[in-house]
Amino acid sequence: MSSNGIRDQVAIVGMGCTPFGERWDKGVNDLLLDAAKDTIASAGVTLDDIDAFWLGTMASGVSGVALSKPLKIDYKPVSRLENFCATGSEAFRNACYAVASGAYDLAMAIGVEKLKDSGFSGLTGVRPVGDGTDAALSSPAAFSFVAPAYAHRYGVDAEEMKQVMSRIAWKNHRNGALNPRAQFRKEVPLETITRSPLVAGDLGVFDCSGVSDGSAAAIICRAEDAHRYTDHPLYVKALSFVAGPGGGASDPDYDYTTFPEVVRSAEDAYRQAGITDPRSQLAMAEVHDCFTPTELVLMEDLGFSERGLGWKDVMAGVFDRDGELPVNPDGGLKSFGHPIGASGLRMLFECWLQLRHEAPPERQVGTVGPGRTLGLTHNLGGAPGECVSFVSIVGPEPSA
Amino acid sequence: MSTGILAWGVYLPYWRLQRSAIGATLGGPSGRGTRAVASYDEDTTTMGVEAARRALVGLAGDPPDDLYFATPAPAYLDKTNATAVHAALELPPWTGAYDLLGSVRSSAAALRAALAQSEAGGSRGLAVLADLRTGLAGGAEERDSGDGAAAFVFGPDGDGAPVVAGLLAHAAVSAEFLDRWRTPGDNDSKVWEERFGQEVYVPLVEAASAEAFKRAGIVAADIDHLVVSGLHVRAVQAVGRSLGTRAEAAVDARSSVVGNLGAAQAGMLLADTLERAAPGELIAVVVVADGADVFVFRATDALPAVRADRASRGAVTVADSVGAGRDDLPYARFLTWRDELRREPPRRPDPERPGAPATWRVTPWKSGFTASDCRACGFRHLPPSRVCLRCRTIDEMDPVRMADVAGQVATFTVDHLAFSPSPPVVGAVVDFDGGGRYRCEMTDVDPDRLAIGTRVEMTFRILSTAKGVHNYFWKARPVATVPADDAGPDPRGDA
Repeated sequence: MSSNGIRDQVAIVGMGCTPFGERWDKGVNDLLLDAAKDTIASAGVTLDDIDAFWLGTMASGVSGVALSKPLKIDYKPVSRLENFCATGSEAFRNACYAVASGAYDLAMAIGVEKLKDSGFSGLTGVRPVGDGTDAALSSPAAFSFVAPAYAHRYGVDAEEMKQVMSRIAWKNHRNGALNPRAQFRKEVPLETITRSPLVAGDLGVFDCSGVSDGSAAAIICRAEDAHRYTDHPLYVKALSFVAGPGGGASDPDYDYTTFPEVVRSAEDAYRQAGITDPRSQLAMAEVHDCFTPTELVLMEDLGFSERGLGWKDVMAGVFDRDGELPVNPDGGLKSFGHPIGASGLRMLFECWLQLRHEAPPERQVGTVGPGRTLGLTHNLGGAPGECVSFVSIVGPEPSA
Repeated sequence: MSTGILAWGVYLPYWRLQRSAIGATLGGPSGRGTRAVASYDEDTTTMGVEAARRALVGLAGDPPDDLYFATPAPAYLDKTNATAVHAALELPPWTGAYDLLGSVRSSAAALRAALAQSEAGGSRGLAVLADLRTGLAGGAEERDSGDGAAAFVFGPDGDGAPVVAGLLAHAAVSAEFLDRWRTPGDNDSKVWEERFGQEVYVPLVEAASAEAFKRAGIVAADIDHLVVSGLHVRAVQAVGRSLGTRAEAAVDARSSVVGNLGAAQAGMLLADTLERAAPGELIAVVVVADGADVFVFRATDALPAVRADRASRGAVTVADSVGAGRDDLPYARFLTWRDELRREPPRRPDPERPGAPATWRVTPWKSGFTASDCRACGFRHLPPSRVCLRCRTIDEMDPVRMADVAGQVATFTVDHLAFSPSPPVVGAVVDFDGGGRYRCEMTDVDPDRLAIGTRVEMTFRILSTAKGVHNYFWKARPVATVPADDAGPDPRGDA
């Protein structure tokens, strides 16, 4: 099996991201156009300059026409794809490969989701006609198995575990409070988080990410062309995507304290990028904090913390915006909500701002500097035991 | 004595409604005792499956040649309900499955059909009687009736299974008169003035009994156990006095705890009697419904040994079932379950209707809870898989029925968001004895008493009903035979 990667072969030369939230004022087409408009402006190109498009959306549109029609794209290739919660990242990954192959000079990856129009709370989706045997558990319930399993395995008592989870939510809301694009722009006191009403298992309302609308996009070109569009491109160092065998729920050996798919995709991405110590070599990470225990386990699966010690790192502030390795400095899914198709590109957008020192001073992370320039984005889709995982690594400098 | 009862099983739901809760909510007189209540995820089909499973536990010899399912409260019309029971029991395809629907008297018909078949053809018949009694809020029907099911296997002596009670005689009289009736679609029955029914019923029962006793070659005073079943309370009481049987022969109707089970009442009381009767004793079963049916059985010498064998297999007795259960069901929730109280649903999409072809393709799994074992490495797959999760061998699997295998809770969660007619949903990861893990819904469970390690068994339930389609599948529930106090070691959080 090989996963050769396309390290430094392509670069991001423009990005855009709409404000996320309950966008009653904007339809899917408006969100797509807003993100695309900002992105072409950022790269200094017109839509006409772009050779091919990849649209990521789980349920807000089908086919390439869902993009070509609102943008009035003139007879060009437009692919629409879906890959659970990694949908936006998957659009990006495919656009990168198309450019790296030489098939196109300039490609756009764009993701969108309009969740709020459904009128329901939580995520909803369209599924093929089934046999009716799937347990009716909600996403929070599926992820709620993680917290007690982790606490049990590593001897964290229930109260302490609740504090760890709350601190993750507190940190992400604190970061989001400074971000004008976030859905929730207020700090939330720890006590409010801890005492929020239960949704499933030990997960309170504040342990769950929100539901929002949004869109984000990126323009990709071959690395050697990057400076034709911008003085500060972001080079793609690694792209890894894996889907697991989905047997966790029927495997007595699976104990809900790890996402094996994440471990595999992280290993693959680090190998592609030549990273051996992610905690010190990465300057920041945007990870899939769909629920607070997810972020905790991700710290270990992504190799930021030793097994069983992630909770201590969380409590020590290692992943705070001013910590040793800032995680979700933009506020994460907790502050942005999770418009499925857009989230992966929204994470990349934060790397675009932070690694190029374009984040506003009040929220620019201090870790980006000489010798430490890389950012990681990560998506997890599905549920524990049955998921997909995506990891990308990007940086502002071509490798020596 | 060549044919008769080979096996029996009774299912009473977990929930009891305190009759005093009705008066407390609606005002008015406060009743005493409780009634058995089918949970929100049960119907006559699921209760029938549970009763039949209990009847078939450990039964040697061939499976039943025919299955007769009787209920006045069917889950479906047009479509046969007995086939759902047949599929859940994984009976062979050549076992006939037939419904006898609509009237309370259907129960007598099912017993008669299964018995007649074993008498005439020497084959085995399974009779399943189920009822889910509804009535208007505050009424006697709601208060005094109960939900449950009973099942019997009838057949000839032998084939590894002895007759435990031989049929001596049956007699019936039929009469057309308006005592009790219900228009299809209604949830409540209408009854004429009680004294009229009593006047008509008593002579009918006397005539049927006299004929049955004559055919059996006995007199009423010979009867050791008299079961009288019927929804007409005064007639049933009067019959008990007028047949000439000994006072001590009257079988307690257990109505103070479970209520009158309607079409399942005679079955429950017959089963209860089989769990107490001595060899040689005479049992008369009288069904008072639009006439009368009288069955006379004699307990055989094999009965005590069969009882002991059932006990060794952990069979649940009627006395166990009556004594178990949870009696704090709030009246408002009872009304909600019976569709008498419309409640605000959660802001979530309604459940989807399962597709008929997709369901049909997975019938062994969905109806029979049949997993697959990898021939190469032994790994057990729930749901069954064509590719082995452990060794990746393809299409080398053996089916294995897991419906009757117990297990224990590996972890669980309480889901306040998922759609349910009775939230919250409790989800559990279950590790089965002998291997295999499955994540499923739990039912009949108090989440506050649930713990990692709690022993569970599978039960056939309705996951959801959408667009008139009942989505039957299996859920886990704490093992019924274990008293709640001993439900599990290792309470969560103290681990």
